[in-house]
Amino acid sequence: MGLYEKSAAQLSTMLQNKEISSVELTKSVFERIEQTEESVCAYLTLDEENALAKAAEVDKKRMAGEKLSPIAGIPTAVKDNISTKGLRTTCASKMLENYVPPFDAFVMKKLRSADAVVTGKVNMDEFAMGSSTETSYFKKTKNPFDLNRIPGGSSGGSAAAVAAGEAVLALGSDTGGSIRQPASYCGVVGLKPTYGAVSRYGLVAFASSLDQIGPVARTVEDAAMLYSAICGHDSMDATSAFREYPDFASSLNGNVEGLRIGIPKEYFGEGVSDEVKAAVLDAVKELERLGASAKEISLESTDYALSSYYIISSAEASSNLARFDGVRYGFRAENSDGLVDMYEKTRSQGFGAEVKRRIMLGTFVLSSGFYDAYYKKAKLLQMRISAEFSKAFESVDVIVAPTVPTTAFKIGENTDDPLKMYATDICTVTVNIAGLPAISVPCVHDENRLPIGLQLISNKFTEDILLNTAYAYEKQTGGFVSPKL
Amino acid sequence: MVKGYEAVIGLETHAELSTESKIYCDCKNQFGLEVNSQVCPICMGMPGTLPTLNEKVVDYAIKMGHALNCRINRICKQDRKNYFYPDLPKAYQISQADVPLCENGYVDILSEGEIRRIGITRIHIEEDAGKLLHSDKFDGASLVDLNRCGVPLIEIVSEPDLRSSSEAKIYLETLKSILKYLDICDCKMQEGSIRCDVNVSVHKPGEPLGTRTEMKNVNSFSAALRGIEYEINRQIEVLEAGGTITQETRRWDDVKGISVSMRSKEDAQDYRYFPEPDLLTIVVEQSRVDELKEQIPELPNAKLLRYVNEYNITLKEATFVSESVELAGLFDECMEKGSGAPKSYVSWIVGDLTKYLNETGSDVSDTKITADKLIELVEAIDKKTISNAGGKKVFAVLLKEDKAVRDIIDELGLSQVSDTEFLEKLADEVLASNEKSVSDFKNGKTNALGYLVGQCMKASKGKANPGMMRDIITKKLAEM
Repeated sequence: MGLYEKSAAQLSTMLQNKEISSVELTKSVFERIEQTEESVCAYLTLDEENALAKAAEVDKKRMAGEKLSPIAGIPTAVKDNISTKGLRTTCASKMLENYVPPFDAFVMKKLRSADAVVTGKVNMDEFAMGSSTETSYFKKTKNPFDLNRIPGGSSGGSAAAVAAGEAVLALGSDTGGSIRQPASYCGVVGLKPTYGAVSRYGLVAFASSLDQIGPVARTVEDAAMLYSAICGHDSMDATSAFREYPDFASSLNGNVEGLRIGIPKEYFGEGVSDEVKAAVLDAVKELERLGASAKEISLESTDYALSSYYIISSAEASSNLARFDGVRYGFRAENSDGLVDMYEKTRSQGFGAEVKRRIMLGTFVLSSGFYDAYYKKAKLLQMRISAEFSKAFESVDVIVAPTVPTTAFKIGENTDDPLKMYATDICTVTVNIAGLPAISVPCVHDENRLPIGLQLISNKFTEDILLNTAYAYEKQTGGFVSPKL
Repeated sequence: MVKGYEAVIGLETHAELSTESKIYCDCKNQFGLEVNSQVCPICMGMPGTLPTLNEKVVDYAIKMGHALNCRINRICKQDRKNYFYPDLPKAYQISQADVPLCENGYVDILSEGEIRRIGITRIHIEEDAGKLLHSDKFDGASLVDLNRCGVPLIEIVSEPDLRSSSEAKIYLETLKSILKYLDICDCKMQEGSIRCDVNVSVHKPGEPLGTRTEMKNVNSFSAALRGIEYEINRQIEVLEAGGTITQETRRWDDVKGISVSMRSKEDAQDYRYFPEPDLLTIVVEQSRVDELKEQIPELPNAKLLRYVNEYNITLKEATFVSESVELAGLFDECMEKGSGAPKSYVSWIVGDLTKYLNETGSDVSDTKITADKLIELVEAIDKKTISNAGGKKVFAVLLKEDKAVRDIIDELGLSQVSDTEFLEKLADEVLASNEKSVSDFKNGKTNALGYLVGQCMKASKGKANPGMMRDIITKKLAEM
């Protein structure tokens, strides 16, 4: 077993015991990248030189006896919409092809102070808009379990890199399922934290009221380690929650005795494949065997969630992406005639089709005369959906659902049908709308040996319950299985 | 009324707040520094940055709300106003749409001796944009200075209660005065710290209100005066020629003294306002609202009434002094500490001091005058230590140099001689050497008295107390 295949928790112990050095580990990961990246295409920018320098620095600190963070020296990939000082941050868009941020995102400061080794920036759907990483301007990332299939999105690069062993840990971002859905497709663990738990400062905004940065890892414990490293209050983000967080990894015990599980019938309806349904319901049985109890619940407004999500997220996106106008940084179209023409050409040429579709949709729903019919109603639905979850959490601790209705589809299968593509988000968007935490943890593999993900949802700021439930299930079933690459 | 028409005017006034830092980041809020030197990723709208609200801005706006008798909306939100322009790096301005921080207020203005109550629709907080720089040196390009991005503004929207350009100017002067009193705005017109948009319509008395036009780019009070007058006359001319007024936005060109159409109502921009998701709802505790109310000083209108009623100074003087927080501060301190007549202090303030300030374009704080010195000066005159003319000389020095009144009097040798013995001796000498004038006087030429007193003054090098001198000469002439 190569070092790159081991879990962050194992590696952390080995590093602490000085059985291995971070330089060795980092080299192992970059060797793996050398072998598999050509077929997986997870990275947009590799930063081997700085990664090795950081690894050497961490080794030196460790030799000097400094007390280090559990993720110190662990190779970690970062989604390319998270600002990295001095390292290109493209959002997988032509618009930001050569944009180098002058500052670090809050999570990057956290990662750096925890001495994580940043391997590079990973691929995504352009500006995080998409469910397959196919809208990236630069390249199509492949699912490590079947290179003809998509890895999911928008954090497809994060999930594929971790699954392929091209990083031990990765940061993703989740606006409507963008961490959980690719985690599910790539058979890894993906946590979407409670809105406000992780600072958004430095995350290039897609939909400000829904975006959250979260960890992608091969095990629940690893995800917990990374989550502990990045959560916390940030005075630079007004929506950041002011609270203290426990050490999530060390509080995992796998005890789910007395845990109350809710099974929302609306998440098992039309479009959800039989295999996925069966896998999720089997998972509930496993948890019941471990002492949890389960009951069916109803979240009636789920049907409206997708429309509500696409209206709110597109409205915010249309405003958030307006700053990419060719004036100060990023792409500017050549040969334009005056200011308005420069704007139009720059934005027409700089953005891809999906981004333009969302900008137009968002601009439309905010326009005078349509605001009340669309945006306002979507916000009202948001309140109703949140209220339904709150009510549900009076009687259950964790809600169990599929992460995605099916396993990973083929590259190009849904690119001509945006509505079909949007429908893959049906099980994940409610969580963002309600600001809740949710995790996707690998379940079984389907008949094509493609991974199926189990989604667990819990009440705000109860990531400990979520992680512990996922941990118990993972221990019972074995968790991550390496793809054959 | 102009040519049989009544004008209806409403103003949207933007005032830059003088907080230490900008509204959504820590950058310094200061005018006139090197281009693009007071900027950070946040106010430059770099991807991934987020705003955090400077609470001082809320405090300042609430103070203005109190001063303009507004209702304070303790719970309100901030909204995004979306539009593209190179001076707006995020391509949206964070402002307040349907729920402003303050609304439903009023301000009383004194227009042609009459008190007029002008309604205040709302006051909201927002961020300023940057500035485009145009020059022949830029090779046809325009450059952007982002220093002003994120400078906090309040927008004060009046009801259409103003009836003439001069009334609009008085309204603006009143706002300016209040902003100065609250110490929340520099009010430096040349730096653009107060700017306004003007809404104007005209109609014949008894007829419904006319169609209004909005005029932008009105950057000084005198421009407001000219712009409104121009627009009233333009509208009347159009109507008199049988035309109709189109609802439109016009741009005031102060150099040419005309307004030109920018866009019609049909082309009006859709700003697609929606709640700013990066910021929390503003919630202000009632206790904070009350505390801020207590911090409001006595405002110009109240001062004006007090000056007229208690000090018996003219309305004109009282208005002039009360409008300026600095002059009123000086006057109030003199009244508090000094024992002179209100009139004597006011005379210096509206006279020599104002003249000097106007001539030099400076503020009271730029001079060396203080209340204590003014009190001392008035006392010296009242006690006849120096003459009024000597007082003026002392005052001129007080403006520029930090010296005691007594020392200046000594240095300039201005002490008046009121010593009777000395004055009598002087009178005897002058009378003895001016026999002709004495006989002229005796023969009924009474203006010879003035000549004789003048000779005494001359002989004393101006130090003789002129009143006493005259009395002594008169007495001696009668005795002769």
